[in-house]
Amino acid sequence: MEKLSADVLVIGGGATGAGVAWDAALRGLDVVLVERGDLATGTSGRFHGLLHSGGRYAVKDPSAAHECARENGVVRHVAADCVEDTGGLFVATPFDDPAYADRFAEGCRKTGVPCEEIEPARALREEPRLNPGISRAFRVPDGSIEVWKLVWALARGAQDRGARVLPYHEVVAVHRGGDQVHGARVRNTRTGQELDVEAAVTVSASGAWAGQIAAMAGIEGVHVKPGRGIMIAMSHRLVNTVINRCQLPTDGDIIVPIETVCVIGTTDVGTDDPDDHTIIQAEVDAMLEDGERLVPGFKQARALRVWTGVRPLFEDRKENGATDTRDVTRAHALLDHRERDGVTGFFTITGGKLTTYRLMAEETVDAVCLQLGDARPCTTSAEPLAGSENGEYHRVGDRLGRREQRLLDDQLICECELIPRKRIEETIRWRGTTDLDDLRRLLRLGMGPCQGGFCIYRVAGILHGLDGIDTPDANAGLIDYVRERWKGVWPVLYGDQLRQARLDEWIYQGVLDVEHLQ
Amino acid sequence: MIDDLFHERLRSSLDHCVKCTICETACPVANVTPLFPGPKYAGPQAERFRAHGQPADESSVDYCSGCGLCTMSCPQGVKIAELNAHARYAVKQRKGVPLRDRLIARPTVLGRLGTPVAPIANAMLKARPARVLAERVLGIHRDAPVPRFAGRRFRTWARRRQAPGVGTKIVYFHGCGTEYYEPDVGEKVVAVLEHNGYSVEIPEQDCCGLPLQSNGLFEDARKYVQRLARALAPHARDGTLIVGNATSCTLMLKREAREILGLEDDPDLALVSRQTYDICELLLELHDRGQLRTDFEPVEEVVAYHAPCQQQGHWIGKPALELLALVPGLDVRELDARCCGIAGTYGFKREKYQIAMDAGAELFNQVEASGARVVACDSETCRWQIEHGTRRPSVHPIELLHQAYRL
Repeated sequence: MEKLSADVLVIGGGATGAGVAWDAALRGLDVVLVERGDLATGTSGRFHGLLHSGGRYAVKDPSAAHECARENGVVRHVAADCVEDTGGLFVATPFDDPAYADRFAEGCRKTGVPCEEIEPARALREEPRLNPGISRAFRVPDGSIEVWKLVWALARGAQDRGARVLPYHEVVAVHRGGDQVHGARVRNTRTGQELDVEAAVTVSASGAWAGQIAAMAGIEGVHVKPGRGIMIAMSHRLVNTVINRCQLPTDGDIIVPIETVCVIGTTDVGTDDPDDHTIIQAEVDAMLEDGERLVPGFKQARALRVWTGVRPLFEDRKENGATDTRDVTRAHALLDHRERDGVTGFFTITGGKLTTYRLMAEETVDAVCLQLGDARPCTTSAEPLAGSENGEYHRVGDRLGRREQRLLDDQLICECELIPRKRIEETIRWRGTTDLDDLRRLLRLGMGPCQGGFCIYRVAGILHGLDGIDTPDANAGLIDYVRERWKGVWPVLYGDQLRQARLDEWIYQGVLDVEHLQ
Repeated sequence: MIDDLFHERLRSSLDHCVKCTICETACPVANVTPLFPGPKYAGPQAERFRAHGQPADESSVDYCSGCGLCTMSCPQGVKIAELNAHARYAVKQRKGVPLRDRLIARPTVLGRLGTPVAPIANAMLKARPARVLAERVLGIHRDAPVPRFAGRRFRTWARRRQAPGVGTKIVYFHGCGTEYYEPDVGEKVVAVLEHNGYSVEIPEQDCCGLPLQSNGLFEDARKYVQRLARALAPHARDGTLIVGNATSCTLMLKREAREILGLEDDPDLALVSRQTYDICELLLELHDRGQLRTDFEPVEEVVAYHAPCQQQGHWIGKPALELLALVPGLDVRELDARCCGIAGTYGFKREKYQIAMDAGAELFNQVEASGARVVACDSETCRWQIEHGTRRPSVHPIELLHQAYRL
């Protein structure tokens, strides 16, 4: 069996795991990162894209608010290319408790969340589709963050410093000898091949799955209560600023403009299984009603798809935990299992927010270094990621501007998201994949209004023409993608999206007969 | 400035796009040049990448000619041409509007300057060296079918004429083409209306602002069209209809000023909009009620008919065809080419002249194949382009009716 050895094995390729890998690699440690799926396909890849200002927690969870406020500035600096500086508004709609607004302003002041009250009329000028009945408006530095770009920038940065990043490798066993964890056995989920990773320290950055990994190491009581939330992407940006309702966090109270869409979120329903992606129609309907409260006409706008993500809400079963997931702190938890359970070489980092991924990584690697007896300073707050060196934020129009320069010389494949042929070919070759979902996350392939209706058969054609790709693999790429997209489309099959789905169906079933592809 | 909520409403129509590409097949420009990426691209697709206060780095949308066929052909109701007009406006806001565009967008100014010195001006417009110079200095293509000044104004005739003063009152909106370049067409319109029992009033009026709008000068366009609406509204208030022979200009009053410039709340414009008729639309309605005089003498002529894009934007079918069918002896051949290419002032521009000619090629070939000696067409700039592209005379359908009435 193939063996790898490293200073640090990181289990989990979400923002936290990739952040830990980047942080550790920057400190000169030898890192292996394993992720059971593709990078950022768990909680990180299933959120609405909000870079928190902290305003959302200003009243309810001051420590989380404070952390978000601090990290917001750091992430804007080190990952500028992944961040869009949308700004955020907290608006008191006629449905909100008017007394909350003052508590909110006070909470922001206490927790260090930059917050400026503006005239509602001004907010309406900036966001013309906003509910004209708002009575108060506060401006905060919310932003949106392209998570796949971020996580891949972290992973590639780590790789450039020697880290080995292994997506599609799941942990089948955690190696524990006595009171020591010294790595894990992982299996390549695509080839079935297993390999052993020997590591001085193993970090479980597996979020909502942390309890499962801890149990593999024979550690009990690491309880991560998954809080399932749905999100709905709308086909274009109804707002260009993050819009929050000025009230205690509840369902459907935030709209995040991210890339070409805007996303409304979210619900919070406790579940036992972090892989529970159930979508309940009543939740979808309620969310659309919530959208209507913030943006009149929301229900008539075109919804593209729905998905669910699970929050990793940690409760230590060694103490008394809260039960309603909304009430569990959004702050993160770092468990040094030597202190907690007498097991050395093993850490769990879970909870937290995407906004605080860097801080979580810093604290984790600090603890790792301490255990290794080799204190090395963290530099992630000063070291920009590749692409972010010039500090310029991402803008939604960037892609249109780039396309404008190359109108005549590069075929357009994904029309909704403006992805040219060369980018697709390069990415297929770089990733060595025929899984079009891998391309989707890197390029936004098929994420626009037609949901792959027009681009995916074109990409299948490209796959067929590329060297070394078998016909069945290319066809499987097509079929798998179409099936996967359908899962998120059916709960919002009404109006425009229903018409689109009918046309897509004619293309894939009527013209191409994909179900009978071999 | 474009009102944000108005723009958002327009923008929300992009939700209806299912990517079917029908608009791209209808677009006369995208079919002949890669410089314009097409109405679907520039409209519902690119719009998703445009954010309030963040001008996108794009200029290809300026190759849209604004003909409006994309919106008309869209089976889902996406306001493609309107979105493109807004995007063109944004590009011009960012890059500035060239002097040429400011000049050719003001037919009133040109007309007032050129009319008194028409012989000289027309000689200049014909003289090769002057045109080469105009191309170099101003960017107006040397071969562009710019019109000739009539040397007299329609209004001068209108003031002097003896109105019969009996019959149903109607207001004639003649437009700038009639005023400065084709006063005889206006005279024929009046004669045909009077022959059918109308008492024609011709109030003081000015440009509708359409050329300004299509050149991205929205602020000026609004001023013009609102001024025109104020001039016409008092007449319309008692239910009097307004009739025009320039289909682009009447479309501006009916729809475009409200749907592109966002003047939906102007009460004068709303009133004028409701009461405005295209001349052929009006006459065919008369005929449907049995009130059109059909004392037509035979006209032995083979005529090709082209419905201009902006005539089609009226959503009234092709009334001219049905009217011309009433004339004995007239052999009318309907053409189905998309567009003549000129699109108002588009084809005058140095960088767009060839595109306009290529866009019109299908129509020119159809005229050739039809065997017609004359081409009937409702819009004046289209007629000038057709004459330029086919070397055949092009007339307004009303001129043929006038001929058949022997007025």
